[in-house]
Amino acid sequence: MTRTSRRWTEWTIERALQACAAGSVLITVGIIGVLVFETVAFFREVPITDFLFGTVWTPQFSDAQFGVLPLVTGTLLVSAIAMAVALPAGLLSAIYLSEYAPARVRRVVKPVLEVLAGVPTVVYGYFALLFVTPLLQTVFPTLSSFNALSPGLVMGIMILPLVSSLSEDALHAVPTGLREGAYALGSTRMQTALRVVVPAAFSGISASFILAMSRAIGETMIVAIAAGQQPRLTGNPMSPVETMTAYIVQISMGDTPTGSIGYRTIFAVGMLLFVMTFTLNLASDWLRRRFREEYA
Amino acid sequence: MSTRASRLAGDRLLQTMSILVLALSLVALAALLYDIWSDGWYRLDWQFITSLPSRRAASAGIYPALVGSLYVLLVTAVLAVPLGIGAAVYLEEYGGGGRFARLIEINIANLAGVPSIIYGLLGLSLFVRAFQMGPSVLAGGSTLALLALPVVILSTREALRTVPMSAREGSYALGATQWQTIWHQVLPSALPGILTGLILAMSRAIGETAPLITIGALAYLDFAPSGLMSPFTVLPIQIYNWVSLPQPAFAENAAAGIIVLLVLLLTLNAVAVVLRDRFQKARQ
Repeated sequence: MTRTSRRWTEWTIERALQACAAGSVLITVGIIGVLVFETVAFFREVPITDFLFGTVWTPQFSDAQFGVLPLVTGTLLVSAIAMAVALPAGLLSAIYLSEYAPARVRRVVKPVLEVLAGVPTVVYGYFALLFVTPLLQTVFPTLSSFNALSPGLVMGIMILPLVSSLSEDALHAVPTGLREGAYALGSTRMQTALRVVVPAAFSGISASFILAMSRAIGETMIVAIAAGQQPRLTGNPMSPVETMTAYIVQISMGDTPTGSIGYRTIFAVGMLLFVMTFTLNLASDWLRRRFREEYA
Repeated sequence: MSTRASRLAGDRLLQTMSILVLALSLVALAALLYDIWSDGWYRLDWQFITSLPSRRAASAGIYPALVGSLYVLLVTAVLAVPLGIGAAVYLEEYGGGGRFARLIEINIANLAGVPSIIYGLLGLSLFVRAFQMGPSVLAGGSTLALLALPVVILSTREALRTVPMSAREGSYALGATQWQTIWHQVLPSALPGILTGLILAMSRAIGETAPLITIGALAYLDFAPSGLMSPFTVLPIQIYNWVSLPQPAFAENAAAGIIVLLVLLLTLNAVAVVLRDRFQKARQ
């Protein structure tokens, strides 16, 4: 090969690889473009204040109302239950794995957590509807067969590995010198873990919490299967609710003509979902970077 | 100042609680697997795998969904693998921390956090409507390729980073160009890591349900897809469809479908482990 043709090949390959990388930006542009386009069309027909502050969501009734709040509260209710399980359990297992566990235990536990994280969400949905709900009904006879509680608990189990592994990374990154200092002052392992290591890893741990919240809000199949499809403004975990994601699934399973207002609702709801998760992801990323700087 | 005994009691308490939490998550996993196995095992036979879905639960099967899943996975892999590896090689080997590379990095990190159902909305609007693919295998595979791309890029970069700098420097010293170095040195020694990441990305794609429902994949299909433009359904959608029916007999079908899905995932992951081991041995 001559020198110039070689240089030409190199240049072409580099440009082609650069195009692959640039393609990922197009995905983001596409997502935002599609959501904005359809959402703007939606808001031409429904005032934005009705959408954001309305308390009744009945887009398929003849007297259609487009208040998204019932879907938002449904989403937050299920996510809050999931967080109540995943955050304490995830943090505890992270503390244990990072500060206490012998290498042998870690070798067993970490793959199991990975398996939990790799189970398809439709499987968790099955488990919530046909195992956890009947189990809970033996304790709470008033629990309806679709409810917020059971998918919330199962979602918590699904998200636990995420919290655990990210928090463990954060705890692991705390310099050993801090631990040794605490031991030298006579602290026990628990005191060292809770008063020195956890506070030192605080921003890393909060980053994992926020990311978990974002994951919970965007989770779809568990709630579509086990939470019901009745948008209602309630804080009662025993009653059926509908989340934003479950609504999108419900409409997609039916025949909604393109360009109709019903078709546009899923994009407006999707836009809101995107804004919520995107904000949380940015916050989590910011915290994680700040944490990295602290110990750089 | 607390006494020595009470201090150690606190220590033990924290340890016991942590072990309890981990044990509970093990129990949850065991309960999940047991529940599904006990509901579905007796529906599993050759007839279940080779039959079409039916209104009668006892004669229904997963054939179209299984074939659909494999078709969609193939399209996803063909699109996401070269693009993802290409992007990762650029960012790791050429990008050099420039502003363009940094922008793409932030972008990929954010894409990895976008809920999968949002990708479904993008696929619906872009592939199904604007490109007029309809709810076809091609549209489904393309949608999942977008979803898998950030995962492929992140894991490939991870693998490229493990290749020592000296391997590249040795190659340059012998007069190789940058691309020759990447093709003959860097990629081969990063291959086990790349493959593991790819299989991970694909096993996530095969379990995805929501984005494919959103693009309009059918829930009931009495034929297997025959080409890129065929309508399709996939295993997770078939499972979802059966779970949402009120008759308990269909729930048993769903459980049997889940067993098939989990076996597929397990096989993929076993292949990943074997590949990684073989490559590691070959290199030593």
